[in-house]
Amino acid sequence: MRWIWIDRFTEFVSGSHGTAIKNVTLAEEQLAAHLPGYPVMPPSLVIEGMAQTAGILVGEARGFKENVILAKIRAAQFTDYAVPGDQLRYEARIESIDERAAATAGEVFLNDRSIGNVNLMFSHVNQSAVASGLPAHNFVFTDQFMRLFEAIQRADDSGSTKP
Amino acid sequence: MTTTFTRDEVYGRVEEVLIEALGVDADDVRKDATLTTDLGAESIDFLDIVFRLEQTFSIKIPKGELFPDDILNDADNIAGGLMTPKGLAQLKSSLPHADFTDFEKEPSVSKVPELFTVSTIVNYVENKLQAA
Repeated sequence: MRWIWIDRFTEFVSGSHGTAIKNVTLAEEQLAAHLPGYPVMPPSLVIEGMAQTAGILVGEARGFKENVILAKIRAAQFTDYAVPGDQLRYEARIESIDERAAATAGEVFLNDRSIGNVNLMFSHVNQSAVASGLPAHNFVFTDQFMRLFEAIQRADDSGSTKP
Repeated sequence: MTTTFTRDEVYGRVEEVLIEALGVDADDVRKDATLTTDLGAESIDFLDIVFRLEQTFSIKIPKGELFPDDILNDADNIAGGLMTPKGLAQLKSSLPHADFTDFEKEPSVSKVPELFTVSTIVNYVENKLQAA
């Protein structure tokens, strides 16, 4: 399984806000393993979906120069959960950003109905400050994340979401 | 336009910031409570507090102004676990909003975090708002 918890960006405004969607399907392993016999999307992975949405937004705002590390969950609360067949939508907005860190506010929607908020903080770690043992290259914005970003750029430019 | 706050209003808003940033109860946020020992703040929380203060009071807090971190990175400022006279002078100059009364008796590097109390934050914000 690939560690990617959003399917597609549907909006991306550089340095400001972005929206991504995630379709929940019964084929996904976490639905079988989280609560056996009762397939629901684990809230921790909903938080991760928002972190990936907001993290790409934050990374792009500074030209993907730094690794953007989830440093703190400022708040996370949900009033409902997703089951197979549902679509989650993550709307993230940058509240504060500087050379050290960024704070984002996010709202989670379940099939267009708001079901909660996830507010996060990210640390900026440039390559010179990366701890020993970690890769020398940008290990956060790998190809799979960059493809998501490139897809929304392509959609904005040509209307096509296909690679 | 700069909004005018009384000290009580500043205190109330700082209290809200700390409750939200650190997940503590209002009863824990005493004026002399230290951010680290008493309220459990970790390094990322200091940035969280800075961002929340900026939004709450519509101010800009430059890097190192509220929580100076470069002074402790200068080897000339520390000897045998204590701040040197030069280091202490720099620290006091950088932290006019902190109370050094107890710290000066034994300026141990390990006690620097205790300079950051709820009152330190309130004093900083008040000074900042007055200067605006």
